[in-house]
Amino acid sequence: MMKLTVSGETKEYKDGISLPELIEAEKVQTPEYVTVSVNDDLYGARDFGKVALKDGDTIEFLYFMGGGC
Amino acid sequence: MAFSNEQIERYSRHIILKEVGVKGQKKLLNSSVLIIGAGGLGAPAAMYLAAAGVGTIGIADADEVDLSNLQRQIIHSTNDVGKAKVLSAKETMEAINPDVKVNTYRTFVASDNIMDLIKDYDFIIDGTDNFPAKFLINDACVMAKKPFSHAGIIRFQGQLMTYVPGEGPCYRCVFKDPPPKDAVPTCKQAGVIGAMGGVIGSLQAMEAVKYLLGAGDLLVGYLLTYDALKMEFRKIKLPKKVKSCAVCGEHPTVTELIDYEQAECDGVL
Repeated sequence: MMKLTVSGETKEYKDGISLPELIEAEKVQTPEYVTVSVNDDLYGARDFGKVALKDGDTIEFLYFMGGGC
Repeated sequence: MAFSNEQIERYSRHIILKEVGVKGQKKLLNSSVLIIGAGGLGAPAAMYLAAAGVGTIGIADADEVDLSNLQRQIIHSTNDVGKAKVLSAKETMEAINPDVKVNTYRTFVASDNIMDLIKDYDFIIDGTDNFPAKFLINDACVMAKKPFSHAGIIRFQGQLMTYVPGEGPCYRCVFKDPPPKDAVPTCKQAGVIGAMGGVIGSLQAMEAVKYLLGAGDLLVGYLLTYDALKMEFRKIKLPKKVKSCAVCGEHPTVTELIDYEQAECDGVL
């Protein structure tokens, strides 16, 4: 198992979990329009497959929020 | 400029703060803020900035007040339905504080007017409700080297970040391009709880006031998110700089302002 801090909560995930798998496990809505921060580095959807997560990483999901009306 | 007795009384709770004082209050009176959008975010931001004695406040919006606005846009009243939002906003701000000069711009922001709109203001508040406007404001502020506050609200959620030229990432560093039309719901489609505009719009006013005073730490390099149902605020750290950013990075590809296609929303601006 490896420990990841996801959206502020530290939890255990299976070893070698990929970012797309994590996105599915965390039920991220419309992931194609979500920016993911991994230890302060930002990734758009087309780069999710290139990210190798490791024990101790901090992951945040940044969502578009367009309202103001 | 010496304060009148009335001004000393009006601003007494500011003047007593060591971060403001007489000097800071004078700074505010000599400052200017442009608010783009007189809606859910712009309404509380405009009211607090007017009350604070920010000397010049610009407000831009092309719409008229609609009955469905009043659940959250507290700068407008029932009697204002049908009136231009900028006019209704101006009347409320002037009623709150006659010290404030309000400039109204009854227009949508677009690539051909935004540089002119922002050029004379010290700080910009993005209170718009759609991604084309949010990206336009970001790009224009990066190009014109103007600080601004981004915010977005939907349902029971809100987000906020502050851009200061040269000091941290811009909106496009985080969200590279606008999502396709209708890919992400607008607040007309998804709804928004009225007080959300109050929370997030007031935080935008707070960032503007801190910037103008030079007080404390701004929300530069962070995205603040607010989830009202969980009653949770989170301050998410962002990279200091995104070298690949299309507008503020090392090799910008966005060198001219872009008018993206508008998604339909209640009061497109």
